[in-house]
Amino acid sequence: MVEVKPVSVGISRRRAVGVLLGSRVRSQTAYRTSFWLTVLTSVGIGLIEFIEIYVILTNVPVFGGLSFAQAALVFALANTSFALADLVFGQLDTVPSLLRMGRLEVMLVRPLPLLVQLVTSDFQLRRLGRAAVGLVIMVIALTQLDLVLTPATLYLLIITPLVGAAIYGALFVLAGGLQFFLIDGREFTSAFLYGGSYAGQLPGSVLLPPVRILFTFVIPATATAYLPGLLILGLPGPAFLPAWLGWFAPLFAVWAWGLALLAWRAGIRRFTGAGG
Amino acid sequence: MTTREAIVEFADLRRSFVVRQKAGKVRRTKKIVHAVDGISVRIEAGESCGYIGANGAGKSTTIKMITGILVPTSGSVRTCGLDPVPQRRTLAREIGVVFGQRSQLWWDLPLRDSFQILAAIHRLDPTVARERTDQLIDGLGIADQLDTPVRQLSLGERMRGEVAAALVHSPRLLVLDEPTIGLDMISKERLRHFLIAERAEHGTTLLLTTHDMSDIERLCDRVLVVDHGRLVYDGSLPDLAQRVALQRVLVVDLWEPHAPLQLSGAAWIESEGGGIRQRLAFSPSRTTAAKVLAEVSAQVEVRDLTLEEPAIEDIVRTLYAS
Repeated sequence: MVEVKPVSVGISRRRAVGVLLGSRVRSQTAYRTSFWLTVLTSVGIGLIEFIEIYVILTNVPVFGGLSFAQAALVFALANTSFALADLVFGQLDTVPSLLRMGRLEVMLVRPLPLLVQLVTSDFQLRRLGRAAVGLVIMVIALTQLDLVLTPATLYLLIITPLVGAAIYGALFVLAGGLQFFLIDGREFTSAFLYGGSYAGQLPGSVLLPPVRILFTFVIPATATAYLPGLLILGLPGPAFLPAWLGWFAPLFAVWAWGLALLAWRAGIRRFTGAGG
Repeated sequence: MTTREAIVEFADLRRSFVVRQKAGKVRRTKKIVHAVDGISVRIEAGESCGYIGANGAGKSTTIKMITGILVPTSGSVRTCGLDPVPQRRTLAREIGVVFGQRSQLWWDLPLRDSFQILAAIHRLDPTVARERTDQLIDGLGIADQLDTPVRQLSLGERMRGEVAAALVHSPRLLVLDEPTIGLDMISKERLRHFLIAERAEHGTTLLLTTHDMSDIERLCDRVLVVDHGRLVYDGSLPDLAQRVALQRVLVVDLWEPHAPLQLSGAAWIESEGGGIRQRLAFSPSRTTAAKVLAEVSAQVEVRDLTLEEPAIEDIVRTLYAS
C-alpha cells in the first residue's frame, strides 16, 4: 500500500509569510551603507516628482481649482499611496523577466500562491523612503491649510493612503496579470500603471473629461487622492467627479481588485496552458 | 492491474504547441508541434525511473505536465493521486523538483537561509524541519557551505544544495531534470551516492531525465526512452542493453602507428592517423575498461586514452533499427 502521509502543516501561512519577509529584510539590512544609500535614492525620486508639481504650481497660482497647498495635499496623498503599493507589489513589475528566465516554473511547484511568493520575493524596504517624502509633504501641506479637523476629515486622512495603496496595488497586479498575454508588454501596462500614478497625483479637474472618466471609473486613480481630497478640503468636484464619490474610495478599491485578480488568474491559466 | 495508487500515471498523454512562423511580409503560418504524442506510463511508489531522449524529444514537457506547470492537450495525468494543474499547490507538498538549469535557491542569501525559507513555505513544524535539514546537510556533505551566499557556491555545491532544497519537505516523488548536467565526475558520483541512500532510507520515488547513461546505470531500475514525443522503450536497463549496444568506446593514442588491435574483450572499430589512434568498443556488462586497457598495454605502449559514453541519440537510433 502506498502510505498516504497526512499533509503536515506545522505553522500557519501568516507565519510562513513572516519568515519570507524577514529573510528579505535581513538581506537588505545586512549592508548598512548600501541600504541607506538606496533609501536616499528613493527619497530623491519622491522629491523630484514633487518638484515637477511645484514648478507647475509656482507658475499658475491656482491649479485645477486648487491652491498650492491644496494641490500639494493631493500630491502627497497619492504619492504616499503609490509608495506603499510599490513597497508591497512593486515586485510584480518583474514578471516579464521572470517569464523569460523561466523562474516562474520553480515558484509554481511550491505550495504557496504565486502572488504571495512574488510579493515576498523582493520586498524592498528602501521604497519606504518615498512614502516618507509623501508623509512629510502631507504634514507640511496640512499646516499651511488651517483645516478644521473633524472626525470625518481625520478618518479620510488616515484611510485615504491605505485605500489608495490598495488601488495602486491592484493596478500592479492587473499589470502583472496582463504580462502573461503580452510579449514585452511593459510599455502598455506602464501606461495605465505609472500613467495612473501620475494622474492620481494631479487635481482630477485638470484632466480632459474622457481621461478623467477613464482614470476614475475604469482605472480608479483619482479615488486614491483627489476625490477624498475634495472632501477633506470641502470643495465641490468638477464635471463627472462630484466630491461625494470620495466616500466610495473603498468601493473603487474593491472594483480594482476584482479586475486585478481576474487578470492575474487568467494570466496564470494562460501560462499553464501555453507553457510560457 | 493492481488497485494501489501509482505515484505517476499517464494515459495517452499528449501536448502540442502552436508555433507561428513568418511566411512572407505579413502572412504567418501556424505549425503544430507535437511535443508529447500519446505516452502511457505507470510508475509505482518506490520505483526509480530514468527518462531519456534526445534534446526536444519531449522530456521537459512531460515533466511540466507531471508537476502541474503545464496542462495536457489531451489524455490524462495523475501524480500522487492528484490532478496536477488544478491541484498544483496540494501536489507541491508531495513532490520535490530539481531543475538542473534553474535555481530554486535564494541567490543572495546563505544556503542555510534557503532551507529555512523553504521549510516555512511548506509550513513545516520547526523541529521536523530542523531534523530533516540536518539529515540532508549531512547526507550531501554541504555543512561547510551553509554560510556561503548561494551565488558564491560552485556548480557542484549548488547542485547538492538544490537537491537538499527539493527534499526539505520529504516529498514522496523527487523529479530531477538533468541533475548532473555540467558536474565533474566527483560531484556526479557524490550526488548519485546520496540519491541511492535517500531512496533506500525513505522509499522516495525517483524520476530523472539525463543525458548521462552512468546516471541511469547507477540510479535507475527502469528506463523510459522517448523520441519525438513517443515512448520507444520501457523496461529495465539490462533488457535495453540486450536490444541496443550500450557499448563504451575506449580511445587509445599510441606512440607509433600500429595495425588494428586484436583483443578478446573489445572490438576494434576504427583507426586514425594510420593506427596511432584506435577506437575500441567494449560492453561494460562483460568486461571493464581496466581489463581492456591491460590487454592493449600488453601489446603496445599507450600514450593517452579517453573513454566515450554511449550517446542517447545512438541508443535511440539502434532501437529503431532493431
